[in-house]
Amino acid sequence: MSATALNPELPAPAKTGLPPAVRRAISVIIVLLAMCGLWEGYKAIGEVTGNKIPFTEIPLPIRSTDNSMPHVWRMAATLFEPARRGGEEILLVILLRNALFTWREALVGFVIGSLIGFMLGVLFVHSSLLERGLMPYVVASQTVPLLAIAPMVVIWGSRLGWPAWASVTVISAYLTFFPVTINTLRGLTSPEATALELMRSYAASRWEVLWKLRVPAALPYIFTALKISATTSVIGAIVGELPSGIPDGLGRSLLTFAQYFSTGPEQLFAAVFISALLGIVFFGLVAFIERLVIPPSRRLE
Amino acid sequence: MIEIMTQPAVSFSSVSKVFNERGDNRVRALEDINFEIQPGEFISLIGPSGCGKSTLLRLVGDLLQPSSGVVTVNGQPAAQARLKREYGMVFQQATLYDWRTVTANVQLPLEIMGWDKAKRAARAQEMLKLVQLEDFHKHYPWQLSGGMQQRVAIARALSFEPSILLMDEPFGALDEMTRERLQLEVLRIWRQTQTTVIFVTHSIPEAVFLSTRVVVMSPRPGRISGVVEVDLPQPRGFETREHPHFFEKITEVRERLRQDEVKVASS
Repeated sequence: MSATALNPELPAPAKTGLPPAVRRAISVIIVLLAMCGLWEGYKAIGEVTGNKIPFTEIPLPIRSTDNSMPHVWRMAATLFEPARRGGEEILLVILLRNALFTWREALVGFVIGSLIGFMLGVLFVHSSLLERGLMPYVVASQTVPLLAIAPMVVIWGSRLGWPAWASVTVISAYLTFFPVTINTLRGLTSPEATALELMRSYAASRWEVLWKLRVPAALPYIFTALKISATTSVIGAIVGELPSGIPDGLGRSLLTFAQYFSTGPEQLFAAVFISALLGIVFFGLVAFIERLVIPPSRRLE
Repeated sequence: MIEIMTQPAVSFSSVSKVFNERGDNRVRALEDINFEIQPGEFISLIGPSGCGKSTLLRLVGDLLQPSSGVVTVNGQPAAQARLKREYGMVFQQATLYDWRTVTANVQLPLEIMGWDKAKRAARAQEMLKLVQLEDFHKHYPWQLSGGMQQRVAIARALSFEPSILLMDEPFGALDEMTRERLQLEVLRIWRQTQTTVIFVTHSIPEAVFLSTRVVVMSPRPGRISGVVEVDLPQPRGFETREHPHFFEKITEVRERLRQDEVKVASS
């Protein structure tokens, strides 16, 4: 432990100015506006030069016409228009409903995957034999391309009589458990040798050492993995929905709007945006829980 | 004066320790240690790096087992003494849990020993008073200085009133002034609680200042090369450092250490 405050009062008060949360929100908005500026700037250049790189005859890598790169405000506006001509609901509502559907699958997969990951971590810290034996398979499981596994899981699931969303949950769990296993193991083995010697001097049982020392020490590492898994479980759910034929969910939305890209490209962009938003919100939720559970002095940032 | 025959607090009988017996880097850390520590003594173990003093300390605590010989603590095998929680330990790093408050840290061994909440809280408060940190019971370790953290570690080590206290260079990471202050604290606590203290250190003045006897160890393989009786008056304090005998004793220990160096150099 480094010697910090000789004065045992709490750390110095925040600097004057806007609170950090507001400052971060402002930076995010500025970056977002800058990206929109780049997008529109690119389109403007394309319009002026007739879709070629300025001062050359080389065509631009991505066509800047409205068909392939809709204006940013068109993408925003399309969220508030009916999804289908003559339809009732606006696109935003449809996408949000599908996002919720996808999120439920991702959440269940996330919880299952995290529990499995945690238990594997606990198992491996207590048995180096099992760790050496099983870890290669754990790692190998992640190197198989998801796009190959997803249809297989869907087919097996339907053969077993599962509902289609259960297969998607399995895929989310599959992507979640790996970072949680690795980081749980890392965290459980993080206490220094003297801490373990102290526990031995108290004649503590392995169970007590686990729950009083190892697990609390591991929490920052576990939460790092949970934040990663929050986003990957969403990706897994969306990818899992693609071959599954489920009529709901963001996977279906993306497929549909990809099909209609030539006539309405801004809808696909809107769907992509909502998918990313889902991942970000889930990540933010886990980060929020982390802030409740782990005090700032302990976070791995 | 009636001499009461008490059993030694700690005794080593032909103890040796070899690391990596069958491996490439076989190390004879300790060889043929025979020594007794009486209850209530303050023993310092001093010697060059690698002489095995920390190993010796861990043999008392059953954190390591001897390769040969027997370590007896309070009349029983060291392992049994550990299971009965008869000693407390303080390391160079305070090793406090930074997710627990100061008082929760002091209560840790009491939780493991199954004390109920009220008893734990009362004892923790008592111990924090002993080390004069009762105002910081709700603080977290990262809010305390190094010296304060060590005091919490000492409070924790003594919370269950063990008869023996093992200290492995506890003040090694602290500055000179904090170290001198904590030396006085340890002596005060030792007098108050009447624990047997085994103290590993690199510092000759520290060893002489604190101890009733100083055990000098030789370079690897560690043997006890000599024991210096420190008959300076008790209780010790600032005046002790000015006492003529103080420098004599320091010289005696230093000579003993130098003789070992010469022996090694000429071998």
